[in-house]
Amino acid sequence: MKTLIFRTIAPFLAALMVLFSVFVTLRGHNEPGGGFIGGLIAASAFAIHGIAAGVHSVRRTLYFRPLSLAAFGLMLAGLSGLLSILFRVPFLTGLWAFPEIFGVELALSTPMFFDIGVYFVVLGALASIALTLEE
Amino acid sequence: MAGSPSHSVDLSQAMIMAPSTPSDWLIISPIIITILAGSLMVMLRARPASHAYIATISMALVVACELLLLQNVLQNGPQSMTMGRWMPPFGISFTVDAMGALLAAISGIVALAVCIYSSLDINQTGRRLGFYPFLMLLMTGVSGSFLTGDIFNLYVWFEVMLISSFGLIILGGEKAQIDGALKYAILNLMATTLFLVATGLLYGVVGTLNMADIALKVRLLPPEAPMATIGALYFVAFAMKAAAFPVNFWLPASYHTPRIVVSAVFAGLLTKVGVYALIRTLVMILPESRDQLSDIMVVVAGATMLVGTLGALAQNDVRRILGYLVIAGIGSMLAGVAIGTGPAIMGSILYAVHSILVMTALYLALGVLIRMSGGKYKLSELGGGYKASSLLSLLFLILVFAVSGLPPFSGFWPKFVLVEAALGEGHTWLTVIILVSGLLTSIAMGRVWAHSFWRGGPIGTEDGRDAAPLTGLVGTVRARAFIPISALTVFVVLMGVMPTPFFGMAQQGSYSLLSPQAYTKAVFGEVIRQKQEHHKKRTEESEGKTMSDKKEEGNHQ
Amino acid sequence: MEILLALLVGAYFGVSVYLMMSRYIIRILIGVAILGNGVNLLIFTSGRLTREKPPIIPEGSMVPEVITANPLPQALILTAIVISFSFLAFLLVLAFRTYQELGTDNTIEMRVAEPDNEAFPPVSY
Repeated sequence: MKTLIFRTIAPFLAALMVLFSVFVTLRGHNEPGGGFIGGLIAASAFAIHGIAAGVHSVRRTLYFRPLSLAAFGLMLAGLSGLLSILFRVPFLTGLWAFPEIFGVELALSTPMFFDIGVYFVVLGALASIALTLEE
Repeated sequence: MAGSPSHSVDLSQAMIMAPSTPSDWLIISPIIITILAGSLMVMLRARPASHAYIATISMALVVACELLLLQNVLQNGPQSMTMGRWMPPFGISFTVDAMGALLAAISGIVALAVCIYSSLDINQTGRRLGFYPFLMLLMTGVSGSFLTGDIFNLYVWFEVMLISSFGLIILGGEKAQIDGALKYAILNLMATTLFLVATGLLYGVVGTLNMADIALKVRLLPPEAPMATIGALYFVAFAMKAAAFPVNFWLPASYHTPRIVVSAVFAGLLTKVGVYALIRTLVMILPESRDQLSDIMVVVAGATMLVGTLGALAQNDVRRILGYLVIAGIGSMLAGVAIGTGPAIMGSILYAVHSILVMTALYLALGVLIRMSGGKYKLSELGGGYKASSLLSLLFLILVFAVSGLPPFSGFWPKFVLVEAALGEGHTWLTVIILVSGLLTSIAMGRVWAHSFWRGGPIGTEDGRDAAPLTGLVGTVRARAFIPISALTVFVVLMGVMPTPFFGMAQQGSYSLLSPQAYTKAVFGEVIRQKQEHHKKRTEESEGKTMSDKKEEGNHQ
Repeated sequence: MEILLALLVGAYFGVSVYLMMSRYIIRILIGVAILGNGVNLLIFTSGRLTREKPPIIPEGSMVPEVITANPLPQALILTAIVISFSFLAFLLVLAFRTYQELGTDNTIEMRVAEPDNEAFPPVSY
């Protein structure tokens, strides 16, 4: 798989896929998408990068260990559910805030942070499996 | 944009509007704490020295929450919280009654003891491989199973428990571990898949997954509904998880292979979760299926007790003797479910509490003995334990008496209750088997104690003379080994000499299982109250409207 | 249609039970995989089969106006797929390690944890 074409294209492709995965994750609340599928796309981006440039390069790109990313996601998901204790509503209740930044209304919500948590769990777990298998 | 104010829909009719109280959060706290602690430790993989402290502190926090929860449940009856404010049965409910709270609290105490003990048994490599995170996630699964009120959620917690137990059982990667883990993994996966099959069929029949809702709807079903099939599937699935007789062979094949602390936590908790799920489904949700299966269960329970105790008699490996005793205990708990009256269920719950405490303590005590004798675990090679540590041999003797069901220790009362219940329902043979299994257990475990502690050296050497003196433990190690074992033994003795509070809790548990009105009220009480209020408001509004209409008419006239 | 799917589920279960009774690990694992798929199909059928109407409630009403597809079985199946997929991956790796360590994939020859000719416990004091 170490052809010149593939090695040249892979970094761009991987970068584009990571960007796309973020897009898919953020639109996932009301439209097709979400943290799970976003995490899958990001993990496959890193897998492609790993095939082209080697496992070591992927580990350097990720900076954190994949399992640490997964644990971070789990913690983020747990904490986004725990936030509702402050508002006296049950665990995992969706809480919304609409701050205006530069005149644009931004919909921040705990489901979104939960989804980002799922994104990291899936990305971390699958990247860890893929890297172990590629080694 | 999602949920933006301009597009918002009035969801007050689909949501619980009452604010959640701190006591509601107690129900979910064991799960949140263990998940957060587990993920924190995975992130801190580079600092394995901190793992033991994080795990012990968060487990202590979990135990505190579970004790508060138990107290709350005993005072105010079953408690429930539905996730995300959605109305049950649409939201996932966590519902806890006396049995769930009691078992969750006891398992938390046992896990805390294991956390303290493991700081000497699990070395740096074991920590780096993730012993503590796996233990925390195992406790997430165990507490989740005891506290959830949704049957599909129960399946998810079973899988959480299973995947973390895989991680624990292969920690170290020895040949025997891999061999045992393979059999453990495949058979347990089959059991949970059967559980999923039964749940899918049950969902097809009643159309709901909330346990309280199922318990209500099952009682209204037409007689041609295939409830016997579903009940039998649940029975097979949970009997396999609990290692009851025809499907018990995975347990003695695998429980002796991992590190001794892992064996201790498995023997204490995992099979009991299977029994808990069996009681929850067959006694509370599907009582008619339990009545139909009663005769088979009597046979299975008797056979499990006999197989467990006879297997224990025939073993030379002490760890496997304990594995067979776990199976024998499962037989006693199944006997209570098979009889099915209130006192019998109470006996099963008491036995589960006793078994969680005593099996974990036995494995931990055995771990100390194996450590002192330099890694020997065969009965024919052990000896001289009394000379090396008289305290350990005393604790072990108490545990031997307790596991055999002799007074005045914890094993006596559940057996007493079970025998009385069995005689009351005319199950003479089951009574005989319960008593015989107690006798056989005392022979098997008495032999272990006599050979490994009382005898001066292993068999073949002259008694009274030390063939090879055992190594003592240094101060810090001794504290970490003896504090958890002594604490668990204190519970075992307390349950024997002061059984009244345990009886009260188990009785409340069995009462709420056999007549689940309080359980369903805990789930649906708020919904009903809200609906009535809504209805009242609407009638008031319409009355007010007609009043004002009439007034207007009057004005016109 | 339900009857056809029920028969298909039965066929899946039959095949998987047959495979799981084999003594070779790899066949057992294929059996486990097929069992997982059979269960997913069973849950799907249990949720009733309906035409592809998305379960969306129109604005202004509180309940859907026509009979829609049941969204719950799909959520259950998605959970079950993810779980069974990860378990199968784990089991495959474990089976491979077993084959490397023990040199066999025949369960009858796997006697490391339970040795064949184990000594009896001492019968006298």
